[in-house]
Amino acid sequence: MADIAKIARRTFLIGTATVAGGVAFGYWYVNKPYPNPLKKGLGKGETTFNPYLKIAADNTITVIAPRAEMGQGISTTLAAFVAEELDVPLEMLKVEMGPTSKAYYNDTVLRESAPYPWFNDSPQAEILRDAFGAMSKVIGLQTVGGSSSTRDGFDRMRQAGAAARHMLVQAAAKRFGVRPDELKTESAKVVHTRSGRSLTYGELAADAGKVSPPSPLKLKEKADWKLLGKSQRRIDMLVKVTGAPIFGIDVSLPDMLFGTVRMSPVFWEKPSRVDLSKAEAVKGVVKIVPLDTTYGHGFGVIAENTWAAFRAAELIEADWGAPHYPADTAAVAKALNDAIAGGAPTVMRDEGDVDAALAGVPEGRLVEADYAVPFLAHLTMEPQNATARFSNGKLEIWAGNQTPTLVESLSGAAIGLDAKDVTAHTTFLGGSFGRREADATIYAAIMAKAMEGRPVKVIWSRQEDLRHDVYRPAARGRCRARLGVDGFPEALDLRVAVPSVIGNIMRRAFPSLSPLGTDVTITQGLCDQPYTVPNYRVSGIEADLGIPVGFWRSVGCSFNCFFHESFLDEIAHKSNLDPAQLRRRLMKDFPAARAVIDKVTEMARWDEKLPQGTAKGIAFSLGFGAWVSQVVQVKSTPSGIRIEKVWIAADIGTAIDPGILEAQLISGAVFGLSSATNQEITLSGGQVEQSNFHDFAAMRINQSPQFEVAILENYHKMGGVGEAGVPAAVAALANAVFALTDKRVRQLPLSREVSFA
Amino acid sequence: MRLSINGKAVDIDADPDMPLLWALRDLAGILGPKFGCGIGACGACTVLVDGAPIRSCSMPAGAVKGAVTTIEGLSKDGALSPVQQAWFEAQVPQCGYCQSGQIMSAHALLEKTPDPSDEDIDSAMAGNVCRCGTYPRIRFAIKKAAAFKRARA
Repeated sequence: MADIAKIARRTFLIGTATVAGGVAFGYWYVNKPYPNPLKKGLGKGETTFNPYLKIAADNTITVIAPRAEMGQGISTTLAAFVAEELDVPLEMLKVEMGPTSKAYYNDTVLRESAPYPWFNDSPQAEILRDAFGAMSKVIGLQTVGGSSSTRDGFDRMRQAGAAARHMLVQAAAKRFGVRPDELKTESAKVVHTRSGRSLTYGELAADAGKVSPPSPLKLKEKADWKLLGKSQRRIDMLVKVTGAPIFGIDVSLPDMLFGTVRMSPVFWEKPSRVDLSKAEAVKGVVKIVPLDTTYGHGFGVIAENTWAAFRAAELIEADWGAPHYPADTAAVAKALNDAIAGGAPTVMRDEGDVDAALAGVPEGRLVEADYAVPFLAHLTMEPQNATARFSNGKLEIWAGNQTPTLVESLSGAAIGLDAKDVTAHTTFLGGSFGRREADATIYAAIMAKAMEGRPVKVIWSRQEDLRHDVYRPAARGRCRARLGVDGFPEALDLRVAVPSVIGNIMRRAFPSLSPLGTDVTITQGLCDQPYTVPNYRVSGIEADLGIPVGFWRSVGCSFNCFFHESFLDEIAHKSNLDPAQLRRRLMKDFPAARAVIDKVTEMARWDEKLPQGTAKGIAFSLGFGAWVSQVVQVKSTPSGIRIEKVWIAADIGTAIDPGILEAQLISGAVFGLSSATNQEITLSGGQVEQSNFHDFAAMRINQSPQFEVAILENYHKMGGVGEAGVPAAVAALANAVFALTDKRVRQLPLSREVSFA
Repeated sequence: MRLSINGKAVDIDADPDMPLLWALRDLAGILGPKFGCGIGACGACTVLVDGAPIRSCSMPAGAVKGAVTTIEGLSKDGALSPVQQAWFEAQVPQCGYCQSGQIMSAHALLEKTPDPSDEDIDSAMAGNVCRCGTYPRIRFAIKKAAAFKRARA
């Protein structure tokens, strides 16, 4: 098993078009279930039915929602899947993240790493998706990402509820001496209506646990859903309006020490000529330990309180080293410009004959544009942090994180432990947006080892958090089009140059493995859009810069949508075509795409004439299984451009919780608009220049527009919504700025050329 | 030093320069106020001193002269305050990390301005960042809380 998992991990991590080592792991490996992790540590009177459910004799019903809650509402939705089939009101459930276990693998996130557009349902695409999904199960990757958790839990967790309900009914039938079909379930009870008898699930649990789960399972029809499809009260609301200690930063353990880190501001470099004397002299400092990891080098400061640790960290003196990568923003720009001009492209979409179509284009029918986006930080409200305790050869970790199985293996490896000797507890996350990798837990593990027996809570300063992020990569886009006599594009040639996110994560997490093939996130959102153009080519160029980059909400779509949708807007204006109508026509083969354009233009009264000084822009994105169109309205004011209103129409096939979906779409749009208006991470001397909220600003309430959201359910497959709000908001804003100012801003942030109120 | 926190006198062995935030969190075990920036720029650490919202990450504990109220001190006898109740009903929080600070700022706003306009809300709440973008629901919840307070009065 170990070897197979290693091969699978290698194959998965490249997230590539090449499925190295073959796709078949054998039926046995893929279908062998993981043991139920809840069997260990059951309380008195508790019975577990499967990895998602346990019921105690006192009728306490605990559902495991094994995806990190970082604000997306996933704990509520996953619990609702079980509750729906189990016939229990959501308020009656106790919902927990549960233990870290391979049993909670996420196969959906990897399914969509297969290099096929969402709308490609061909047997070939499905075979590869299944193969990627199978890999996830073999590795046992417990993770949240790629807007995958709802889709991933939809069948499995409803089945968990349905199976348990069946077992409870069987047990009740035996007790009552009646046929199971005479019984019904409601509010965590099995009821025999005719005799008026009933038993709670708690009273039946011990017997029911001995019943064999049914096969096959019958799930409720959509029309019979009581909870799903309707907005639920989130199960995490009460703790979040009372300031309860639910985050990693709130972990409190007996005899706990506090700490922080000071990593070399020059990525990957090891400090020399170190002077710790001033830092060690700070009152309350207990110990300063070197941190030498695949994420970088620096120091961990352990103290009696966080404040002492922060002050000491600032007083560490060292020669931090010289950068071995483009050291400033001009050098980054040059490297990316060189890459897009001369790098080796991988063609990810190629229809017709683009070279022939672009040869000898008649005067006035060639459109060309270059676009640029900067590095971006995640800026989670809760800075990176982790708490660790090392004692008797075992490591325990408490942290908000997206991938607990990986946190266990990497944090353990950093101090020479096997993953089996590491236990990770996943707390609530104060935001993540793709940020929370294993660096914070690795550092905490090393610091805890130095203080054997005592837990250490390690909190990064905001400056450290911003300067040691895994950034959304800077990227360049180069677009060319040949227009037909009707103004519509006859040929599109789109190219992107960007560092590989997957390759970069490999360097940090698995430095001994080398990436294979092409990282599909490079052209994500560029090569997979639902437009039909006779000659249509999309290529990606991997431009490694040696600067740490990572998953940032919507990943490749975050920049590729800006390139693609800005360029379509340029074509529309050049051809005197309405930008919405241009898209509609290019989408003629994709009714789900057209429907969101139609809905959003209707909501926003797209065709209505606007007063002078007000303008609208539109954009579309298909990513993470969500078909999204957004319209942004902007207005000129004496203090700058004001974003007045945003309309969003999104189709994710099946809408499980409209309230949460609306919140996520707005959240994504605010996140995207924040980035597009003024965010950028720049370098000088190899070091990140920004340090806090004043120079890497996020949208505030006085800048926030009004929103109107429509959720459609036309498409036959269920998509995800955590990332879907970001991409089109950025492009629609850029297009609105053009409509307002006649200035086509081809670089982000837009504040480089216009100013916002 | 002795501080009045949520109506109780609490002795804290803190360096007077230590920011109130860390004295509360690390020494007094009061974890509702959150750390976000350390420079008073994000609002996650907002607490009330004599009813006025302050950024506890940037106020030395030794400089605190009045009564400190944190989110733990808002609910009386286990009942949510009007602002908390409105937040709950409007389903405001997403990740929830900034919400202690948001709720404290909103509480202070409504004490002074029982019927706030959009402009009042903007100016009172602009110091509190939310990266999940819950702003539309915050605006809605503040108006709802104002209505609750009027109904209770």
